[in-house]
Amino acid sequence: MQAKKRYILVTFSGVLLVLFYFGGLRILRNGNGHNVDQLSSLRSYLDHDDVHYDQDLHISPRQRRVARTNLYKNHKCRMETCFDFSLCKGDFKVYVYPTQEGEKVSEAYQKILASIRESRFYTSDPSKACVFVPSIDTLDRDHLSPDYVKNVPTKIKSLPLWNNGQNHVIFNLYSGTWPDYTELDLSFDQGQAILAKASLSFHNFRPKFDISIPLFPKDHPKKGGNRGDLQTNNFPIGRKYLLVFKGKRYLSGIGSETRNALFHIHNGQDIILLTTCKHGKSWEKYKDARCEQDNADFDKYDFHILLHNSTFCLVPRGRRLGSFRFLESLQAACIPVLLSNGWELPFSEVIDWNKASILGDERLLLQIPSIVRTIGNEEIMSLRQQTQFLWDTYFSSVDKIVMTTLEIIQDRVHKHLARDGFVWNRSPGALVMVPQYSENLASFPFYTSAIGVKPSQSFTAVVLATTPLVTQSVTFTKLLKSVAKSAHAAKILVLWNVDRPVPLKSKWPTLEVPLAVVDTETKMISSRFYPYDQIETDAVLSLDEDALLTTDEVDFAFSVWQSFADRIVGYPSRSHFWDEAKSKWGYTSKWTNDYSIVLTGAAFYHRYYNTLFSEYLPAKLRHRVDELGNCEDILMNFLVSHVIKLPPIKVTQRKIYKETMLQSTNPVRKTSEWLEPQHFNDRQTCMNEFANYFGYMPLVRSQMRLDPVLYKDMVSNLRKRYKQIELVDARPRTS
Amino acid sequence: MLPGSVPDYNTALDVHRGKAILAGGGFSTWTYRQAYDISVPVYNPLIAHIDLPDRPDSYFRRFVAVSAQVGIHSDFRHQLNSIAMESESILVLDRCQSVNEDVLPMNKLCHGLHEFQYPQILQEATFCIIVRGARLGQTALSDAMKAGCIPVVLSDTYVMPFSDVLDWKRAAVILNEEDLDQIPSILTSISPAGISSMRKQVKFFWNHYFSSITAITMTTLKVINDRVFPYAATTYDEWNIPQPDPGVTSPLFLPLIPPRSQGFTAVILTYDRVDSLFKVIMEISQTPSLSKVLVVWNNQQKMPPPAAEWPKINKPLKVVQTKENKLSNRFYPYDEIETEAVLAIDDDIIMLTPDELEFGFEVWREFPDRLVGYPGRLHLYDEETGKWKYESEWTNDLSMVLTGAAFYHKYFSHLYTNSMPGNIKNWVDEHMNCEDIAMNFIVSNYTGKAPIKVTPRKKFKCPECTGEQIISADQSHMVERSECITRFADIYGRMPLQTVEFRADPVLYKDPFPEELKRFRDVGSL
Repeated sequence: MQAKKRYILVTFSGVLLVLFYFGGLRILRNGNGHNVDQLSSLRSYLDHDDVHYDQDLHISPRQRRVARTNLYKNHKCRMETCFDFSLCKGDFKVYVYPTQEGEKVSEAYQKILASIRESRFYTSDPSKACVFVPSIDTLDRDHLSPDYVKNVPTKIKSLPLWNNGQNHVIFNLYSGTWPDYTELDLSFDQGQAILAKASLSFHNFRPKFDISIPLFPKDHPKKGGNRGDLQTNNFPIGRKYLLVFKGKRYLSGIGSETRNALFHIHNGQDIILLTTCKHGKSWEKYKDARCEQDNADFDKYDFHILLHNSTFCLVPRGRRLGSFRFLESLQAACIPVLLSNGWELPFSEVIDWNKASILGDERLLLQIPSIVRTIGNEEIMSLRQQTQFLWDTYFSSVDKIVMTTLEIIQDRVHKHLARDGFVWNRSPGALVMVPQYSENLASFPFYTSAIGVKPSQSFTAVVLATTPLVTQSVTFTKLLKSVAKSAHAAKILVLWNVDRPVPLKSKWPTLEVPLAVVDTETKMISSRFYPYDQIETDAVLSLDEDALLTTDEVDFAFSVWQSFADRIVGYPSRSHFWDEAKSKWGYTSKWTNDYSIVLTGAAFYHRYYNTLFSEYLPAKLRHRVDELGNCEDILMNFLVSHVIKLPPIKVTQRKIYKETMLQSTNPVRKTSEWLEPQHFNDRQTCMNEFANYFGYMPLVRSQMRLDPVLYKDMVSNLRKRYKQIELVDARPRTS
Repeated sequence: MLPGSVPDYNTALDVHRGKAILAGGGFSTWTYRQAYDISVPVYNPLIAHIDLPDRPDSYFRRFVAVSAQVGIHSDFRHQLNSIAMESESILVLDRCQSVNEDVLPMNKLCHGLHEFQYPQILQEATFCIIVRGARLGQTALSDAMKAGCIPVVLSDTYVMPFSDVLDWKRAAVILNEEDLDQIPSILTSISPAGISSMRKQVKFFWNHYFSSITAITMTTLKVINDRVFPYAATTYDEWNIPQPDPGVTSPLFLPLIPPRSQGFTAVILTYDRVDSLFKVIMEISQTPSLSKVLVVWNNQQKMPPPAAEWPKINKPLKVVQTKENKLSNRFYPYDEIETEAVLAIDDDIIMLTPDELEFGFEVWREFPDRLVGYPGRLHLYDEETGKWKYESEWTNDLSMVLTGAAFYHKYFSHLYTNSMPGNIKNWVDEHMNCEDIAMNFIVSNYTGKAPIKVTPRKKFKCPECTGEQIISADQSHMVERSECITRFADIYGRMPLQTVEFRADPVLYKDPFPEELKRFRDVGSL
C-alpha cells in the first residue's frame, strides 16, 4: 500500500517536471512585461466615482435600527438590538428584585444578590436602574440537581419589569442535564436577557452581549477570598512536576474524548494525568479496559500535592466546557493549560488569557508536552504572577466575579469611558478604576512607571479646620506658613468643617501660595477626603489643623511620595494586631517595631484615593465614620492597602506630632480627643467593622522608615539637605 | 474590501464562503465568525499617493471635530449639521455644489460655499466623525487614521478592523449611532493628555497595521499565525503599546512580600583571601535568616581548602569552583541558590552586624524587585564635558548601591548573565571593575526603580587600607567608574538609573526609646 502511494507520487512529480520544462519556460520568456501590464489594467475595487456617488439611501438610520431590532432577537441579540441604552443615561445602577417570601434561593445565588445589594451600583428604585437582576435562582438548571428551582418560566414571566428580558442579567452555572448536557437548555426562555453563564461556547455565545463567568464552587467565599497561593517567585520555579491533572472520566452520557485520551501523554515522571472511572452508582456497568489501571493510578496521588508542585495544570473539558480545575489551578499559580475547544473563556471580553494560561487544542493533544516544555523560565515566572493577579482581582470571591460582570456591562454602556485592556490586565485591575475620574492613565497613581510618566511636581495641602477660632491659633498659622514655604506647594485648601461662618479674608495669614477655603457641606469628618475640584495636583498633603511640621519635613516626605505615588506617605504610624484572647483585630498606638497605618492628619497621598473613598466605597462606611467622627484615617489606610496590597510608608519626623501632646495651654483647643479612651475604643471597633466589610484584613505591615540619606550622620549639618528634621529634640508621645 | 453591493450591501461575501477564512472589510457582528474571520480595514487607494505630514500635538488644529464623509444618510447629515450649528469647532463637509471637471470629485469638499482640500482638512481637526454609510466599513476610517485624526466611530454592529487583537478603546471614541447628538459633550470631556495618547495610538496603528495593502496583508497573516500557535501568540502589549515605549513594567510585577521563612543565600566571591573569607562566613552565619552560604572559588591555580578547615557553622555551606577568574561569576545564577533572595557579599566585608544584615533582608522582602544595599553612590551629569560622573562623596542623593554587600532577587543574576546588553559583561570581566554599576543599571533598566540603601553605612573600608599607593590606585579606579557610567548609558541608549533622597532605617532607629525593645539594635555605625 505504502509503496503504491509512493510510486504514484513519484510519477506525478515527474509529469509535473516535464510540464514545467515545456510550459514554464515559455511563461518565463514572455512573462515579465506582460504581467505588469495586466496588473495595472485590473480595475481597483474603489474609484473616485464609487466614493463620490455612493449614497446611503436606506430608509433611515432609525428605521434601520428598528428593523434590526425586530430581526436580531433572542439568540441573535447584541447590545445594539436587545439592550435599551436609554435607561442608562445617568450613573450605572443595578436593581435587584425583592426576594419573594418562601422563594428557594441557593447559597451561591444569595451571595450573588447580596454582593449587588451591597455594592455602589445598587439602587432600590427600578426607575433609576440600567440593569435588572431577578431574585429567582437560575444558577443550577440541571433538573436532576437538588438546587434546581421549579416553575422558573412562570416566575420569570411574571416579573413586573421583565419586558422579555430586556436589560436583565441572568446568572447561570449549570444548564442541561444527563446525558447530553445541552448548553442552552435553561428550561426557561431568557429572551433578550444578558446571560452571565459558566461554560459558554463560542457558538452559543452572543458576542459582546453575553458574559462568560467562571464555574465556582458552592463554598466560594462571598467577599475577601483567599489570596493566591504564590508566595515566592523563585527563579527558576523548580516545581517537581511539569503538568498534572486529576479528574473524572465519564463513561456514560456526554463526556470528553480528551479526558479519555490523556493516558497517552501521562508519563508517570513529570507529567501526571490521572482519571478515574468511578462516577455515579453504575459506573461499573460501563467500564472499559483501562478503568482498573486508571482507578488504581488515580488513588496513588493527592490532588492538592500535585496542584502545588506542578508548573502547569491541565484543564480539559468535562461534561461541560468549563470545569472547577480552572479556578483551582489559577489560585494555585499552576499555569492552566486549556483543552476545551470552543470554550469562551471567563471574562475574555476584557481579560487577556494569553498572559496567564496556555491555550491548547484538543485535536492536538499529543503536542501538549512539547508545547509546555518550550515555555521558558522567564515566561513561566510572568504567567504565574499573572494567574495570581487575575485570581486576586477578579475571581477569588463571589463578590469579585459579580462586580467584574457588572463592570463589563458598565464599560459597554458608557462606551467612551470604557477601560482598555491595559487597565484590565494590570495591577490593580479595573474594579478599582472609577472610569468617570479620568480617561488619562497618567492621572492615576498606579501606572506612572508603566507608561513612563512622573507624578506631578507639586502638591495641594488640604487642612481640616474643626475649631471656630482656629485662625487665631499660632500653631495653625505656623503650619500654613511652613507648608506654603515648600517649593512644591501649589495651593492650600482649608476645609471649613465648623458650624460657623468662614472667617473674613483679613483673618487669614498672607502666604506665598494661594489659599482657598471650602465651607464644607456636611461638616462631617468624611468631607476631608472628598474629591474637591480645587485639588488640581496629583499629590494631596492631608493635614489636621494642629499638625506640627517644618518645611523640610514636608519637602522630604513629598520627595519620597514621588517614588511611591500609589502609597500613603506620612509621619506618625500605628499598627494592627490579632488579639488572640478576644479573637478580633486590635489597634495600637504604642511604639512598635512595625506599622501598618499612617495617620492622615499629616500624610501625602494621591488625589485619586479621594475619588475611591467618596465614590468607590459604599455610603454605609462613610456614614459610619461620620457617625463616630473618627476612623476616617483607618478607613483610608484600609482602602489603599486593599487596592495596592502594600503597606503605607512612614518617613522620619521630629517625635512630636500634635500640639496637644506638648500639653499646651492653648485656649482654642478642646481637650484632646486623642487622649479620650472612647476615641481609642471606637478605633478598635472600626478595625473590626472595616475588616468585616472587606472580608479580610487588607492592612500590611512594614518594618522600615524612610529617612534622608544623611539622617543623623556624623557630618556637618551644612551638607544636609533636610536640616530641620534633626533640629528638634525627639520626645516620646503619651498615647 | 467592499463586500456585497446594492441594495442590501451584504456585510460578508455574496457567495458561500464555506470553511474559508474571510478577511473582509465591513463585517457586521452577525456575519463575522468570531475568532475565525478577520475584519480588515477598507483601504483607500485613492489617497495613497497623497503625503500627509506628521502633525505634532502642538500643531494648531482649527476644529475639534470634522465630518468629511459624502455618502452618509441624510438623517445623519441633518443631525451633524445641527450639531455644527451649535458649535463652531465642529465642521461638517459635503460634496461641493459646482464640480470643477479638472479636479477629482473626492479631493474637494465643501461647507456651504467654502471649499476644503480632502484629505488635508482632516489634519485640521482633533477628531474625525465616521458614521456608517451604505456599508459598515468606511474608507473614512483609514483616511482619518492616515491624517492622524482620532476617529469617532458611530456604526452599530460594525466589527472594527483587527479588533481581535487591536484595542480600539485606546485609539478611537466608539459610540452608539443613537448618541450622535452627544458628540460635543463627550469630546470636550476628553483631556489634552488623553487626546495626545489616543493620537499617538492612532499613528501607531496606522503605521504598523493599516498604512498599505502590504501592512494589512501581513497583519492578517499575523492574526492567523497567533490563532494557529496561541501559546506563542503576540501579546496584547506587543500589539497595542506604541514603540518605543517609555514605560517599564517590573518583571516581578506582582505586589508580593515574600515570606521570611525561605531566607537568603549568601554568595561570596573569593580568590585567595582565605582568612578573611572564613571571618566573613563566621560573621554572616549569625544572621537568623541566612539559609545557605555559597562560596564561589574564582582561583583556578589553587584548590579551595579541604572541608575540615572550613569554619563550622550551623547553616549549609557549599563551594563552587569556576573555570575562569571572572568578576561576572559573582552574579551567576547558580543552581545551588535555592532561595529568591541572594546576598552578594565580598570576602573582606566583616563590619556588617547580624542586625544590619537581617534588617537588609527585611527591607528586601518589602522591595523584592530592587537592589537593597548599604553604601549608596550617585551618578551626576557633567554639563561641561557632556559626560556622566561617578560620585562617592557624602551626598544627599543616591542612585546606586554597592554590591560588596547587597540583596537582590535571583532573577537579576539570570538577567546579568544572559540579558546584559552590548558588551558590558565582557568589558567588566576584562577590566575587573564596574560589575556593581552594571548590576545597578540592569536592575533599574528592567524595573524603572531606584535601589534602596539601608542604614547609614557609607563605606566598606578595611582599617589597614590607607597609604598612598592605594589612594592613587583608588583614584584611577574612580575615573574608570565614571567612564563606565558613560559607556553603559551609551549602550542602553538612555540613563536607566533613578535618583532618590531616602534610605531605609528600622522604624525606631535613633528614637528615644529603650534600646532593648528595638528589634534591630546593632545598626548605625558608619
